[in-house]
Amino acid sequence: MDLGNLASLNHFLPELLLTAGVILLVVVDLIVRDKSSLGDMALIITAGALVLIAIEPAQRGAWLFHRMLVFDAFAVFFRALIALAALVAVWMSIGSVEVRACDQGEYYAILLASTLGMFLMAEATNLLMAYLALEFVSLTSYILTGFLRRNRRSQEAALKYLIYGGVASGTMVYGMSWIFGIAGSLDFGAINQALGATGHIPVLTVFIALVLILAGLGYKIASVPFHMWAPDVYTGAPIPVTTFLAVGSKAAGFALLTRFFYPAISRLGAGGNWQPLHGVDWPQLLLVVCVITMTLGNLAALQQTNMKRLLAYSSIAQAGYALMGVVILTNDGVRAMLFYLFAYYVMDAGAFLVVMIIANATGREDLEAYRGLAWRGGAVPAIALAIFLLSLTGIPATIGFIGKFYIFAAVIRSQFYVLAVIGILNSTVSLYYYMAPIRMMFLEEPRGDETPITFEPWNYGLMGVLACATVVLGLYWTPIIAFADRSMHFFTGPS
Amino acid sequence: MSHPLTLITFIPLIGMVLILLCPKGQEKFIRWIAVTFTFPQLLIAGWLYANFDTTTTSIQFAEHRAWIPAYHIFYFLGVDGISISMVLLTAIICFISVFASFSIDRGERGYYALLLLLDTGMMGVFVALDFFLFYIFWEVMLLPMYFLIGIWGGPRREYAAIKFFLYTLLGSVLILLAMLGLYYYGATPTFDMIELAANAGHYSMTFQRVAWLALFIGFAIKIPAFPFHTWLPDAHVEAPTAISVILAGVLLKMGTYGILRINFSILPAASHEFAFWLLGVIGTINIVYGALCAMAQTDYKKLIAYSSVSHMGYVMLGMAALTTAGINGAVLQMFNHGTITAMLFLLVGVIYDRAHHREIAGFGGLASQMPMYAAITGFAFFAAMGLPGLSAFISEVLVLIGAWQRYPVMTILGAGTAILTAGYMLWTFQRVYLGPLNEKYRGLSDLTLREAFTLIPLAIIVLVLGVYPHAILDLLGASLNHVNQIVLMAHAPAAAAMVP
Repeated sequence: MDLGNLASLNHFLPELLLTAGVILLVVVDLIVRDKSSLGDMALIITAGALVLIAIEPAQRGAWLFHRMLVFDAFAVFFRALIALAALVAVWMSIGSVEVRACDQGEYYAILLASTLGMFLMAEATNLLMAYLALEFVSLTSYILTGFLRRNRRSQEAALKYLIYGGVASGTMVYGMSWIFGIAGSLDFGAINQALGATGHIPVLTVFIALVLILAGLGYKIASVPFHMWAPDVYTGAPIPVTTFLAVGSKAAGFALLTRFFYPAISRLGAGGNWQPLHGVDWPQLLLVVCVITMTLGNLAALQQTNMKRLLAYSSIAQAGYALMGVVILTNDGVRAMLFYLFAYYVMDAGAFLVVMIIANATGREDLEAYRGLAWRGGAVPAIALAIFLLSLTGIPATIGFIGKFYIFAAVIRSQFYVLAVIGILNSTVSLYYYMAPIRMMFLEEPRGDETPITFEPWNYGLMGVLACATVVLGLYWTPIIAFADRSMHFFTGPS
Repeated sequence: MSHPLTLITFIPLIGMVLILLCPKGQEKFIRWIAVTFTFPQLLIAGWLYANFDTTTTSIQFAEHRAWIPAYHIFYFLGVDGISISMVLLTAIICFISVFASFSIDRGERGYYALLLLLDTGMMGVFVALDFFLFYIFWEVMLLPMYFLIGIWGGPRREYAAIKFFLYTLLGSVLILLAMLGLYYYGATPTFDMIELAANAGHYSMTFQRVAWLALFIGFAIKIPAFPFHTWLPDAHVEAPTAISVILAGVLLKMGTYGILRINFSILPAASHEFAFWLLGVIGTINIVYGALCAMAQTDYKKLIAYSSVSHMGYVMLGMAALTTAGINGAVLQMFNHGTITAMLFLLVGVIYDRAHHREIAGFGGLASQMPMYAAITGFAFFAAMGLPGLSAFISEVLVLIGAWQRYPVMTILGAGTAILTAGYMLWTFQRVYLGPLNEKYRGLSDLTLREAFTLIPLAIIVLVLGVYPHAILDLLGASLNHVNQIVLMAHAPAAAAMVP
């Protein structure tokens, strides 16, 4: 189905709600004096968007707005994941000391706008739309990163983000122009047809175009060599924003990357195996990127003493694990990647939340602030952080283990043995730095002069939910894998 | 009794939850919760022992339930001759180690909660027959162990704990890869160990070799086999007494159990091929090298740790022999090592609690102050040396008889090491318990009732099994011979006929 503008709106309700929410927040900010209600409003709007996504009846899919966007099961998965990420980010913002000190109306409006952009990234089926959505997300992210106006680190982070982002998206748009030159269209379906037809286009030309496009996408998911912004931005931004970038923005990047590299420039063959069109060996390139990303992320994380920085490098490595599911070019792999991104959402958001709880109480984010945490009244956040970190390592029984299990299962099934071995060696190395905070919290004695950790029901509530989800879904994950299974469908036209 | 295996595995977990819910300031009470929830385990283990059918090779007390059916993952528990003795051992050691933990004086709540979690993990490993479930239990064990060593351990506890964790994690991720390989390249995708074993012939030889090596490294780290043994002395020296007891008593057995359960049963052809080099030779190195290292130690506990490495070598040698006597001896040795080494670590703990150090040279003449302690130590030392009439004698002799038929040289080395063992044991006994009394330790109190209560049951088991080994051997026979035949048949049907 190729829906016109008005008919498309039926499938566009979550986005419409977010748009209305952004406007509403700006207006209400002008009227009311008590700004504390703005966060609650944003929370309700995000939750509403999530409900709209959830109640939308399952369909075979359709093109929206004259093939600018596509509505299919794959998009629904990412819209749900991004909405969940936004929900956590808003929840955390309400409980964050940092955020309370800034202009909340603008903050929440931009946060929701960024969510909207990520939705569009997950749905884009046209290079122009993809570029606009990606830029939309980038611009809002720059602002959110620099939101702590009096904090120099925050300012520096925003500037770095902006410069790297400008270079990466410029490169990407140049690559897109090559693709347009080759295919004569910006539409993913048309690109697929053009590349599939035997033509006179040299393979190298297509390859270069893909490398250039990968720059922009790699930047969004923070893969090597476009990862350099991540540690500084993650450290400088307010913690809820860091969480949103680490979880939501990365998921949106994976959505666009998968949609471009799979239905746009590959063909689905028998048994759920994909074939790259035109003989372009991009999987090989992505394989190298994937291996270097996880290895470099893990090795760099070993040295970190700031929790946000440690989690930043860890999230680079985590993107590498998820990429393993993409490079093997099977439906199994994509499904594993979807599951992994969900698992990553639960555990990484949880880890950042605990970092925020500690930062709220002590104003510090370095590892030293965690010394003896379990023995000076912070046993609950300490145990929760331990659960999240162990899940990130991939220790059973946590959802992180199941995520890794599916990734490795898909990799082994496709007979990428070397990749599997590199992956497990990385997991082992990662244990060392994930254990560093755990060691600090449990094995070290408190010095006695630390700030006590205060109990915050609002933040502890979310922490409890995420910690329970990490463990419970690690023991019974059928609903999630079934959801990922259902979402393994790209709409590429009525058949 | 319905679902005995679920009960025996998860009863400690209930105790863990109760302990965590316990209000502050109830340390005494927490201890008794731990006792209350490990004692039923012992009863169920006794019930299993009494109702175990020794004539069959099939799985008994099986429980089979769907867990994640889409991925063929089942909640499948059961025991056969290979695992029943280990279930028994785990129940005994865990119960005793709770009593041995009474001297812990800080963070009791966390300590006992982790101890019970560890208990569940260990029991689960021995009763799980679904590979995925096995792996979950296998990994669940690591974490409590890390914290138990890392929080309640000695001065270098952090180093020892992370070393233990990193070594074993590396091993277990290799097991994970092999597990996935077995799943995908088998006749049908399944994690059911019994089904995997039934379709063992389906795997190509190359795949068998690769998977065997990955599994072997994973399990060898746990045994610990040379050259992966270096984590063990560190972990033992730093761990609190009760944790050393569990480590030596149960944890190490998981390595050899895994090899029997998975490598031998599922990959028999590769097992036959690698038995000589990787089990036999490494086992012999363990025996000799462990004994030599033990001889050179000045730390009492480290000496016991290395003697443990040495004694685990007999298990590997017995398995490598691929004869009825050898493999029966190996599993009996697993059980005996569990009880004897547990005693030795308890004994080290007794003196450490009083003197607060473990330097062998710093003691002397303790027998005059602590006659009962010295007597039980003497008993345990003789048991460890393999004195006839005590349990280890039977198992080591069985191993050596079994190995002699295939590897005479290694058997001579293994048997010869008994002299080294006697050497370091007697020498230690002389330096610590005999000779002139070190005046510092005049007036040390003898064993308390609690300490005696942890030691004497083990001593009785050692004595009984020394006289009547069939109490355990009868359990093993049928299943072990079956596994042994599978391995022999897989490689050369003719060879099976040659070896009785």
